[in-house]
Amino acid sequence: MIRIENLVKSYGAGNAQVHALRGVSLEVQSSEILMLMGPSGSGKTTLLSIMGCILRATSGSVRIGGKEIVGLPESKLPRVRLEHFGFVFQGFNLFPALTARENVELAFKLKGLKPRAAELLERVGLGDKLNTYPRDLSGGQKQRVAIARALAGDPPIILADEPTAALDSQSGQTVMEILAGLARERNRSVVMVTHDNRVLHYADRIIRIEDGLIAEDSEELAA
Amino acid sequence: MFNLAWKNLIHDQTRLLVTLVGIVFALVLIIVQFGLFLGFLDTSANVVEKSGADLWVTAPGIPHVNGGSAFKESKRWQALAVDGVERADVYALFFVNWKLASGSTEAVQIAGFDLDGGMGGPWNITAGSVEELRGEDTVIVDELYKSKLGITHLGQTVEINGRRARVVGYTRGIRSFTTSPYIFTSFKNAQNYLPLAEDETMFLLIRAAAGANPETVRKALAAKLTSVDVTTNREMWRRTQNYWVFSTGAGITTLMGAILGLIVGIVVVAQTIYAATVDHIREFGTMKAMGASNARIYEVILVQAGLSALMGYSLAIAIGWFVSRQSEGGNAPIALPPEVAGGILALALLMCMGASIISIRKATTIDPAMVFRG
Repeated sequence: MIRIENLVKSYGAGNAQVHALRGVSLEVQSSEILMLMGPSGSGKTTLLSIMGCILRATSGSVRIGGKEIVGLPESKLPRVRLEHFGFVFQGFNLFPALTARENVELAFKLKGLKPRAAELLERVGLGDKLNTYPRDLSGGQKQRVAIARALAGDPPIILADEPTAALDSQSGQTVMEILAGLARERNRSVVMVTHDNRVLHYADRIIRIEDGLIAEDSEELAA
Repeated sequence: MFNLAWKNLIHDQTRLLVTLVGIVFALVLIIVQFGLFLGFLDTSANVVEKSGADLWVTAPGIPHVNGGSAFKESKRWQALAVDGVERADVYALFFVNWKLASGSTEAVQIAGFDLDGGMGGPWNITAGSVEELRGEDTVIVDELYKSKLGITHLGQTVEINGRRARVVGYTRGIRSFTTSPYIFTSFKNAQNYLPLAEDETMFLLIRAAAGANPETVRKALAAKLTSVDVTTNREMWRRTQNYWVFSTGAGITTLMGAILGLIVGIVVVAQTIYAATVDHIREFGTMKAMGASNARIYEVILVQAGLSALMGYSLAIAIGWFVSRQSEGGNAPIALPPEVAGGILALALLMCMGASIISIRKATTIDPAMVFRG
């Protein structure tokens, strides 16, 4: 699904240059829940951003569904994001001026698809919250709306950045059940950055990143 | 995207209020400052603009219409003999003293015109008529100056330059750029108030015959008439306007005020719209992460700015119109012609959308970490 080879991301130049990623290689399979862990500033979010075509790599290769995205012109990247990814953010990033239904519909509109927001919100257990604004939803409900939004257009890959960090234990479990269901039942890849030890048992694979390098890969350890 | 832009705007009503206050303040400031300047421009040469003449024959080298001097009326007959001249009417415009009931005097400008031709006569008459000026020592004054001149009723007898005069009519909105109001009377009556000899005039107002080119007629008159200047109405209007507006401190001050109002308005709108757009920067970042192209984000930002401009403009033009109407009865008119109202709308859209474009760059170059972090 995603194949990354020798990925490097540097900021700045000369003595001030900072290497956020220093040659990361990994592969993400379909139906897999991959969790990226590591200390703050280790490069997890940078890796997620490059996978999601939001940030550009300095060098290396990233193939999404077999298609190389490093070196693609800026104008082509939104289309790649629309076709391949759904995003779930730690802070939910819902549009406060839009209802739950409108938040999800926006994702459909961006993809040029007929909105099926109600169906997705039903799927995440929020069928009764269609016309509710984010301010009137709990943290767990907001994250479920965000997941429903990420599912608009049925993207093959879900990228999630600490999706349970702002949630209580029960809400975190609910969100993880939904994400796990996506992977198991609908063959979606879920790549998530997390510090939350409570959800690690949902992972098929855990990669620990330190100083821009893969320090530990549970798949290799198992092998 | 229109729905998102509209909902973004109305969702935070406090922010919307702040945005609209900023835009309305800026636009009203521009409307008032430019209105004042336009009012000054209009007032400075209104008697020329409304004279109905195509050409003016004047004493040589006069700087403006209010600075005329006498020449022989016989030029009129010479002018009438020139091809393309339909009418050549005598006209006088002169400062004299108007005696108030208190015994003090007030300077006024007598505008004496030929009643038969009507050129140089009053307009916007609200009481009485030009015909009543055929009576001896009759005058028409503007309603605006009734209090200043101590006029309480039509038919009131007053004293101008030591001579009796009777008020037989009122006009509305004929202001003077100076502090001296215009007093309309027949040329014959004016000769009684002015130090003009029987055979003198201060101007000849020329009306070109139908189909005649005024510039051709002007050249013919200039060639025929000696010791006078012949100018087009447009040139006299421009010369008078330039003198009062640009050669005196008042006009320059108003112009500077208008320019300053424009600059302050642009800055206020730019800051207001920028702040309003940056308030939603996280949402634009989210849109971008979701796959929205920059064009989609521009669309939302520009629609938001355009809607803000339209709402702000609607309020500002209503306030501007009210202020303009209220100023009609005062000495400092604030002009708000339709073309200016249209121009302000274009300016509002340009300022708001221009300011939002500044923030577009910020919206489209968001650090992805910002999108991913809580």
